Amino acid sequence: MIYKNHKQKIELIKSGKISLKQNVADFLLNIKKNEHLNAFNFVFEDSASEVDLIERKIKTGKHGKLAGMVIAVKDVISIKSKPLTCSSNILIGFEAVYNATVVEKLLQENAILIGKTNCDEFAMGSSNENSAFGKVLNPVNNDYVPGGSSGGSAAAVAANLCDAALGTDTGGSIRQPAAFCGVYGLKPTYGRVSRYGLTAFASSFDTIGPFAKNIDDIALILETISGNDNFDSTFVNSEIHSFSEKISSERKFKIGLPKEYFSDGLDDEIRKIIFEHVEILKNAGNEVTEISLPHTEFAIATYYILTTAEASANLSRFDGAHYGLRSKNASNIDEMYKFSRTEGFGEEVKRRIMLGTYVLSSGYYDAYYKKAQKVRSLIKSDFDNAFKEVDIILTPTTPTAAFKIGEKSENPLEMYLSDIYTTSANLAGIPAINVPIGFNKIGLPIGMQLLSKQFDELSLLQLANILSTN
Amino acid sequence: MNKYEPVIGLEVHAQLLTETKAFCGCSNKFGDQPNTNVCPICLGHPGSLPKINKKMVEFAVMMGLATNCKINFKSSFARKNYFYPDLPKGWQTSQFDEPICSNGFLEITADNNLRTIRINRIHMEEDAGKLIHDETGFSLVDLNRCGTPLIEIVSEPDLQSPHEAFQYLSKLKQILLYLNISDCNMEEGSLRCDANVSVRLTGDKSLGVKTELKNMNSFKNVEKAIQKEIERQIDIIEEGGKIIQQTLLWDADKEEIKIMRTKEEAHDYRYFPEPDLLPVIIDDVWKNELMSKMPELPDVRRKKFSNLYKLPEYDCEILTSTKELADYFESAAKHSDDFKSISNWVMVEVLKFINENNLSVNQFRLSPINLGKLINLINDKTISNKIAKDIFAELIERNIDPLIIIKEKGLTQINDSKFIEEIIDRVIKSNQEQVKQYLAGKDKVLGFFVGQIMKESKGKANPQSVNELLINKLSLMKN
Repeated sequence: MIYKNHKQKIELIKSGKISLKQNVADFLLNIKKNEHLNAFNFVFEDSASEVDLIERKIKTGKHGKLAGMVIAVKDVISIKSKPLTCSSNILIGFEAVYNATVVEKLLQENAILIGKTNCDEFAMGSSNENSAFGKVLNPVNNDYVPGGSSGGSAAAVAANLCDAALGTDTGGSIRQPAAFCGVYGLKPTYGRVSRYGLTAFASSFDTIGPFAKNIDDIALILETISGNDNFDSTFVNSEIHSFSEKISSERKFKIGLPKEYFSDGLDDEIRKIIFEHVEILKNAGNEVTEISLPHTEFAIATYYILTTAEASANLSRFDGAHYGLRSKNASNIDEMYKFSRTEGFGEEVKRRIMLGTYVLSSGYYDAYYKKAQKVRSLIKSDFDNAFKEVDIILTPTTPTAAFKIGEKSENPLEMYLSDIYTTSANLAGIPAINVPIGFNKIGLPIGMQLLSKQFDELSLLQLANILSTN
Repeated sequence: MNKYEPVIGLEVHAQLLTETKAFCGCSNKFGDQPNTNVCPICLGHPGSLPKINKKMVEFAVMMGLATNCKINFKSSFARKNYFYPDLPKGWQTSQFDEPICSNGFLEITADNNLRTIRINRIHMEEDAGKLIHDETGFSLVDLNRCGTPLIEIVSEPDLQSPHEAFQYLSKLKQILLYLNISDCNMEEGSLRCDANVSVRLTGDKSLGVKTELKNMNSFKNVEKAIQKEIERQIDIIEEGGKIIQQTLLWDADKEEIKIMRTKEEAHDYRYFPEPDLLPVIIDDVWKNELMSKMPELPDVRRKKFSNLYKLPEYDCEILTSTKELADYFESAAKHSDDFKSISNWVMVEVLKFINENNLSVNQFRLSPINLGKLINLINDKTISNKIAKDIFAELIERNIDPLIIIKEKGLTQINDSKFIEEIIDRVIKSNQEQVKQYLAGKDKVLGFFVGQIMKESKGKANPQSVNELLINKLSLMKN
């Protein structure tokens, strides 16, 4: 693309240097050319229909913030009258009857929605290999996974199939694929962006956030999708910053490096590149200290108990009774439930439903669910304590760069460990971002994660901006 | 003394009369076309989220205040998980370990005993939809009811007889109606009751194994079913058997108890806190605001009727049976000081009309002012009681000042003794045979004369004056 961010795109359209119509057509063509990546579940060929109107709006200066930004939406988010499958057979043929709040907000600001991206089924996975639509390939190297669960969104942005994309992050599902594909991906504070219209995986963890190739667009999308909503009770009415106007800052940050995130499991190349960037930040006048988040080692276990518990209830509605797949082999009501869910859900989803059902079962609830809730508060207070000392916590996003397709698909536990650095932010409800910081020897992208306290996305954006200009 | 005594606890569900459903903006109306009051939220579509209806919370708190409960500062919702086609989300949003109200009590009178029945808790939850099994073998789902707000009122096992259960239910219903938070229509399902029943040797401290009775669609059926269940349990124990914990269904047509499921088949509902809803916080400001909105409750009102209007216990009971009737009485009492007469008119004439025409008190057209005026007209002798009753139907129909009807019809009572004496003279003159009978000691003929005189006066003569003057005249003839 010939523009570096959306602001510039609008200027180019305004001055007639590029045509929005042509731009959308180029994206559609690019999607076709890259069908092998399998990044999209559905492409909206009719995206062009509103283009003329939006182009006129831009030229007359009466346009929304995101006018003409071409955005792909993860297929777990409702767009009215469009398919909503969550990459699951159980929802094949289902069409959403309403717009998610984030979709409303994008459309109000004249964004152009180009399609729905592939993902791990019901956002459960770290490689985008668990999809009824098939696996997604990493555009950087097609032998590798793009990460997950928002693998399609990350791949689509990385491969220039759209300007930006929405993903969802329950335990790293934005940050990890962003790291694997080499793009920015932001997980906002829990409660900053309405979840209304996001098919729930784990309600107290799920967040919606943007992928983009530049930090300005991340800021712009974040400020657009934040803010008032009448449907999500967990939405917190916080101040909405005009992030995009505030991201360049002279501010010096206190940055903490949690020692637990730099232990043995971390890939050496990633460690090296991260510390190169830490040096850059130090040289720019920021203060860097080592900190400790002592309960880090319990994050993965806590995360899998609580998210599967919530998921086991959240996915009960896919039962063959009301919409989606109903097994043709069922001859009574019990069979309708059993067969529909057996045929409709993939292996990973079934595994998590069973795990979640187990931890909530009478006799086990206290030992698992209740205990995990307690550990969750400990992890939260780790962060509360840390943010008394530092503004930003800096970590690797993932312990390794992208892994090969099929490499971990037979070993769920190993797969779960690829989220080792990302789940804590969801347990604590704090915002976090993946900043692409380079490539390893074989050319795979490497990501750095920045975390800040609740509702302090501005610090993340400002620091990421410093890195992008250095 | 009976060898066994029953121990009974009731779980009562009441649908709340809110405009909208518990967690979405859909209309909460009964009886609309199937699946018309639905939206993505109550249909459980992917991505939809619940939002608490404030009115539901307020109604639950009011019921808690009315039943002497502790209103919990913090309460929370939980998911009760189970699969059924009337439950599109796969869970019922309910309250589990943090209900909105707890530790209350209710006083009831049964067999002339004042009894205190403790209430364990009141919690909020949503109703499920409705399944209709049609003749062709299909089951149809109507989700209009899905998401209707309910409160569940759980008693302690303090009820000692089926009759006490009946009285407790009646009292709950009376309060719900007074608060105007439920229409308590058992046939339409807006009030439902499950009973936990066990028996033990009289005087025993420990509880026996309980069964849960469901599907009783009237208070009478609750009473009957509990009675049957007590007898069934005693029979089993007497024959040396053991009671098994199970859920039973009452068949009202056959008056029989059927087994629904045993403990082994019981659901594990896997309750856990509803992550999509924040806890409900009821601070003192909100609680006080609701307290100030509370109507006078039946017990208080009954005492007031006794103290302020000096009415007999029986009258107080009837007049305060519903808020509407009590309000009606009190409005009328503002316009006439003869409280006992108002009470009589309300209990006899007004209720008769209402019952015969199948109306509610609110549908009764005659305003309390005009009833008060009518009673005043009787008391100041403008009309007789009889005339008042004669014109009552027309008065209800037209709901105007009764004096207008009286004037139109010329029904003003005649108290002028000269005029009455003239009529008496005429009647005596033309009924000599009856005069002879009277003089011969047949006092009963007196009624005949009164009748004739009233007829002559077109009912307008003051009956009391007629009586007095007639007796005077006749006794003069005796001498």
